Amino acid sequence: MPRPLLTRHLGRPGRERIDAYLETGGYQAASTALRDLTPEKIVEIVEASGLRGRGGAGFPAGRKWKLTPKREGEARYLVVNADESEPGTFKDRTLIEQDPHQLLEGMLIAAYANQVHQAFVYLRGEFFAGYDRLRGALADAYARGYFGRNILGTGFDLEVVIHRGAGAYICGEETALLESLEGKRGFPRLKPPYYPAVKGLYGQPTVLNNVETLAHIPHIIALGVDGYRAYGPPVLYSVSGHVLDPGVKELPIGTPLREIIFEHAGGLRPGRTLKALFPGGSSSAILTAEHLDTPADFEPLAKLGSMLGSSAIIVMDDTTCMPAVIRRTVEFYRDESCGKCTPCREGTIWLSQILDRILLGRGRMEDLDLLDGIARNMTGTCFCPLGESVPPSLRASLRHFHEEYEHHIKTGACDVRPVAAAGA
Amino acid sequence: MARALSEAVLGEIARLRGLYPEPRSALLPALHAAQEEAGYLTEAAMEDVGRTLGVPLTEVVSVATFYEMFHLERPGRHHIRICTNLSCYLNGCDRVLEHLCGRLGVRPGETTPDGRVTVEAVQCLAACEEAPVLLIDAERHPRVSPAALDDLLARLA
Ligand SMILES: Cc1cc2nc3c(=O)[nH]c(=O)nc-3n(C[C@H](O)[C@H](O)[C@H](O)COP(=O)(O)O)c2cc1C
Ligand code: SF4
Ligand code: FES
Repeated sequence: MPRPLLTRHLGRPGRERIDAYLETGGYQAASTALRDLTPEKIVEIVEASGLRGRGGAGFPAGRKWKLTPKREGEARYLVVNADESEPGTFKDRTLIEQDPHQLLEGMLIAAYANQVHQAFVYLRGEFFAGYDRLRGALADAYARGYFGRNILGTGFDLEVVIHRGAGAYICGEETALLESLEGKRGFPRLKPPYYPAVKGLYGQPTVLNNVETLAHIPHIIALGVDGYRAYGPPVLYSVSGHVLDPGVKELPIGTPLREIIFEHAGGLRPGRTLKALFPGGSSSAILTAEHLDTPADFEPLAKLGSMLGSSAIIVMDDTTCMPAVIRRTVEFYRDESCGKCTPCREGTIWLSQILDRILLGRGRMEDLDLLDGIARNMTGTCFCPLGESVPPSLRASLRHFHEEYEHHIKTGACDVRPVAAAGA
Repeated sequence: MARALSEAVLGEIARLRGLYPEPRSALLPALHAAQEEAGYLTEAAMEDVGRTLGVPLTEVVSVATFYEMFHLERPGRHHIRICTNLSCYLNGCDRVLEHLCGRLGVRPGETTPDGRVTVEAVQCLAACEEAPVLLIDAERHPRVSPAALDDLLARLA
């Protein structure tokens, strides 16, 4: 297994200090980029690296940068999506807290490549520790001439503002994020025409990337395309739930789920077996033990009707009650729905009411068709992907664990050993 | 006209306004700054924020109520946010929440009668590797058991 690249220095005390970062070659990639490479060349390198956006949608980073119009005299912005709120995902928070300069260096290179002079980091409001770390790191980097005017004597200028969000999952969706950054409620915008690359912040071309996406950039520049790709290319999996060694696992993209869970995340508690998992956060359709040999990559997971998303693997062992898990998931989307469109706003309320009824032992067999029907009616009718995130898992759970729902309805009780008892 | 916010906070909001191409973008940071001063957002404070940024009060209120972190009523001196999302659920957060509420005699979303603590059940805090996890004010506490929670509560002023 290749050495980790993005996470190599994570957890090292004092890593957030600029001297520690510089000691391990930090800001050298940025200085190479600004001094020796043209913006076009950098976009080309990033495109050739194959890096795909790590915020969930997987859009190729280089292509996004190419799509951003670079008209002379027109304002352009770089916006970093640091709102990480997809349940199960914690890689961005970890990168921000434990190696903030890596992100800042990626931002500097991205800004130069796109000829942007104003950047914003939209940081999740609850990231108190991350805010302190990032703010401190940014101040140090300004003091050493990596941000501000005439960076490293190259004539390139870049200002960075860290902007705290205030608690709203929907603001991770890129157009809602931009609304929020403009000081409004976080309602998603209509795409088209509001693709951030062409019509983003204040209606201007805006490069909007995820934290991890940008953290890859310095390594791509430092190692070159082949050197970087020799690492897998790497990707950060957030592994949590019923595993013995949860955490951020940097591995070659496409590592089989089984290997990630059992070799890198410590496997399950003694005597337990794997029941189900979310491979890409709670918005991805659940999979079961029969899918464990699937490579954790975009296409193989899409083929199963699920997705890599933000590569957050939530593992559930045989003590897990699936209807209860699905209820929690539905409640999340119900609470976080922005309320703008009916299928999502109402659908999530109905689904959670029915699931409540079933879990309280007052369900009816018809409820199962009702659940599936509501989920089907939400599919393709929601204004943004938040609402579309609900049906896949619900429907997958009805398919894989139908007897479990039936058991709840018929007996009014759960046949799974309660999680609380198992943990005690 | 009487101002609700101190000169220091008004100065900070003016500084924030200068960071953005359009003043309204400073609204969220300004509301954070205003809330830090009083612990919550009074109508007078929101009026001050709006006046400084050129945003009508109704708009300020509509934005403030959209975001979970802004409080329009006075919360407790301490704020405990406990995650009840999937990974924390799978690792027993319900027991911790129940214990917490039992100890303080409140339900999620409520503040103790002495105004000391507000308890809030929140969504995934992006710290699932530390499940079950909670925030006491700005500090995150990993792998919290009911016993560990007792220690944390004992240390709260
Ligand atoms: C409901 C919803 C929530 C999202 N939350 C996040 C998030 O917290 N962080 C993130 O980077 N992307 C999130 N995204 C994806 C963004 O819309 C966007 O695709 C991404 O930030 C683009 O960056 P990338 O191309 O570097 O991945 C979310 C999307 C949706 C629909
Ligand atoms: S799908 Fe949900 S979150 Fe998205 S716009 Fe509609 S109501 Fe809002
Ligand atoms: S589920 Fe609790 S922190 Fe993510």
